[in-house]
Amino acid sequence: MPNLTDEQLKEVMYRMVFTRTWDDRAVNLGRQGRLGFYAPVSGQEGTMVGSEYALTKEDFVCPGYRDMPQLVWHGLPLYQAFLYSRGHQHGGQIPEGVNVLMPQIIIGAQILHATGVAMGFKLKNEKRVAITYTGDGGSSEGDFYEGMNFAGSFKLPVIYFVQNNGYAITTPFAKQTAAQSIAHKALAAGIRGVKIDGMDVLAVISAVQEAAEIAREGGGATLIEAVTYRFRPHSMSDDATKYRTKEEEQEWTLRDPLVRFGKYLESKGLWSEEDTARVKEEAKAAVNEHIKKAEQTEKMTVAGLIDSMFETTPPHLEEQKADF
Amino acid sequence: MAQMNMIEAIKDALRVELKRDPGVLLFGEDVGKVGGVFRATEGLQAEFGEQRVFDTPLAESAIGGLAVGLATQGFRPIAEIQFVGFIYEALDQMFVQAARLRYRSGGRYNAPIVFRTPFGGGVKAAELHTDSLEGLAIQTPGIKVVVPSNPADAKGLMISAIRDNDPVFFMEHLNLYRAFKDEVPEGEYTVPLGKANVVREGKDITIIAYGLMVHTAIKAADELAKNGVSAEVIDLRTLVPLDIDTIVASIQKTNRAIVVQEAQKTSGAAAEIIAQINEKAILHLEAPVLRVAGPDTVYPFALIEDAWLPTPARIVKAANQTLQF
Repeated sequence: MPNLTDEQLKEVMYRMVFTRTWDDRAVNLGRQGRLGFYAPVSGQEGTMVGSEYALTKEDFVCPGYRDMPQLVWHGLPLYQAFLYSRGHQHGGQIPEGVNVLMPQIIIGAQILHATGVAMGFKLKNEKRVAITYTGDGGSSEGDFYEGMNFAGSFKLPVIYFVQNNGYAITTPFAKQTAAQSIAHKALAAGIRGVKIDGMDVLAVISAVQEAAEIAREGGGATLIEAVTYRFRPHSMSDDATKYRTKEEEQEWTLRDPLVRFGKYLESKGLWSEEDTARVKEEAKAAVNEHIKKAEQTEKMTVAGLIDSMFETTPPHLEEQKADF
Repeated sequence: MAQMNMIEAIKDALRVELKRDPGVLLFGEDVGKVGGVFRATEGLQAEFGEQRVFDTPLAESAIGGLAVGLATQGFRPIAEIQFVGFIYEALDQMFVQAARLRYRSGGRYNAPIVFRTPFGGGVKAAELHTDSLEGLAIQTPGIKVVVPSNPADAKGLMISAIRDNDPVFFMEHLNLYRAFKDEVPEGEYTVPLGKANVVREGKDITIIAYGLMVHTAIKAADELAKNGVSAEVIDLRTLVPLDIDTIVASIQKTNRAIVVQEAQKTSGAAAEIIAQINEKAILHLEAPVLRVAGPDTVYPFALIEDAWLPTPARIVKAANQTLQF
C-alpha cells in the first residue's frame, strides 16, 4: 500500500472519475467531428492516473499516443490536448514549467527521448526522473530494447512503463512475444523489471513510487509492466468486436479500476455515489469549456507553419509563403 | 594560421565549441577513448571528460533518440553516426523526431543537434560505408544539410552547425579527411550555413558541386582550360539551405551549367538544383543543364567504385555537350 493521506486517496479517485468522463465526452466530440484522431482511455485510468500521481511535477513525462491523461494531470491545459487532437500546433506548445513532451505517434520513439532526458538529469545532478509509456505492441519495437539497454549501461533515472492492455490494435498479446512477460525483458538490459495489476491504482502508485525512489537515489531504471485493458476500441475507426469476445470484455469490466478503487474508498467512508455524480458534472463542464476554448483558438495558417520549421525561415521557404 | 587536414580541422571545431559551451556533448560509437574510427574526436574525452565526450552502446536509433531527449533539456548534442549507411537505423530519430521537434511543439522545444557522419566513395571501404545519402535528407523538412569540401570550411561550417538551433546533418567526405592540408583560421572561425563559395571564376560554363566533387570539378575545369574553356566552379557547402542566388548570378554570366554529384542520378540534390535553375534562370540558359552523377544502382563498394564515381573526364564530356548544344 502506498503511503497516502485520505485527501490524496480522494484526489486519485477524483482524477480517475474526471478522466473517465472526459473520455466519454471526447468519444462523442470525435463523432461530432469536433476532435481529430482520438485514442480512448477508459479502462486504463488506473495506470494513467496512478503512474502520474506517483511522481513530482519536476519529473518528466514522454508519452505514447494514448497517454493524454498523464500530460493533462502533469499540467498541460485540457484545451491544448483537444487542439493537439485537432492538428493545431498550439496543442504541442507545452507551457513553461510543464515537464512533458507531446504525444508520440511513432511507436517506441519516445522511449529513447525519455532515456536522453534522464541522461540530462544525471549530467546536471538533478534528482529528477523521466517516465515513458508504451503498450504491449511497443515492447516489440527495437527502440524499446535500445532505450532500456542504454539506461542500463549509463544507469539512468528513467521508468519504462508498459501498459499491457492485451492488444496492439487488433493483435493479441499471445502473438506479440513468446516471453513469459514483458517485465522479463528488463533482465536482458540489466535493469529492474516488475509486473503489476494495472487495474489496481494503488498497486500502480506503489510501483512507480518505488521505481522513482530507486532512480532518484542513483539506482537506475525500472521497467514496469502493468496489465490493463482498454474498454473501448483502439481508436474511433477501429471495431473491437472483430478481435475480442463479449465475454472477455465483460470479464474485464468487473475489474474496472474506478469500481474497485471506488468500493475501497466507500468502505473507508471516503467516497460515495454522490461524489462520483459531482465529479462527473465538474468534468463535463470543464470539457465543454475547454473544447470551446480550443475551437476559439486562432486558426493555424500555412505561413505560420512555414515559419515553425526553423528558428529563422530560410529564403526558399520564405519564397514558398507567397503561394499561401 | 595553422596547416590542418580536414580531420584535424573538424577536431579543432569540436574542441573550440566544447570549450566555449558546457552544454555541448559529443557521443557515438567509439568516439570516446580512441576518438572514433577516423580519430576525429581523438583526445577530446581526455580533455573534456567522460561526461561530455562518451562512447555509447552500439545502437544508432538510440544515439539519435538520446540526442533528441538531451536537446529538450538544454543540451547541444553532437551525435556521430559511425558510417553513412548506418543512418538508416536512425532515420526516425534524425529525420522525424529531431527534424519535427520545433513544429510539433510550436517552437516550445527545438533540436540543436549535429548529426555527424562520414560518407563518400573512393576509399575501398566496406559495403554501406561510403554511400551518398544527402538526397534523403534534403527531401526532409526541418533539417539542414552541410557538406564541406576543405579543411577551413569544415571547421567554419561545423562551428556554425553546432551553434545552429535546428538539427544539422553534417556529411564529411571520407576521401577528404586526409587528402590535403590547408590553412585553417584559429579559434572561433565560422562559415555561415546557406552561403556557397565560388572557388574558381569563369565565364563560359558554371560547374556546380559539393564535397569531394568540388575537387573533381576543379580538375575538369583545368582540362577545359587547356581547350580555352573558362569554367566557373561553385562549391555549394550546404544543400539546405541552398544558395540559389550564387548559382543564378553565375548562370547570368556563363549561360550554361552542369551539376555534379557523387550520388545516384535520380531525384537527388542535382535534380533539385536544376529545378530551381529552371524556376529562376531559364531565360539565361543557352543549353539544358546536365547532371554528372552516379548511375541509379546500389553503390558498388571497393572493386569498381572508381569506375562508378564521376570523373573529370565525364564532367569535361558533359561540359562540352553543353557548350556545343
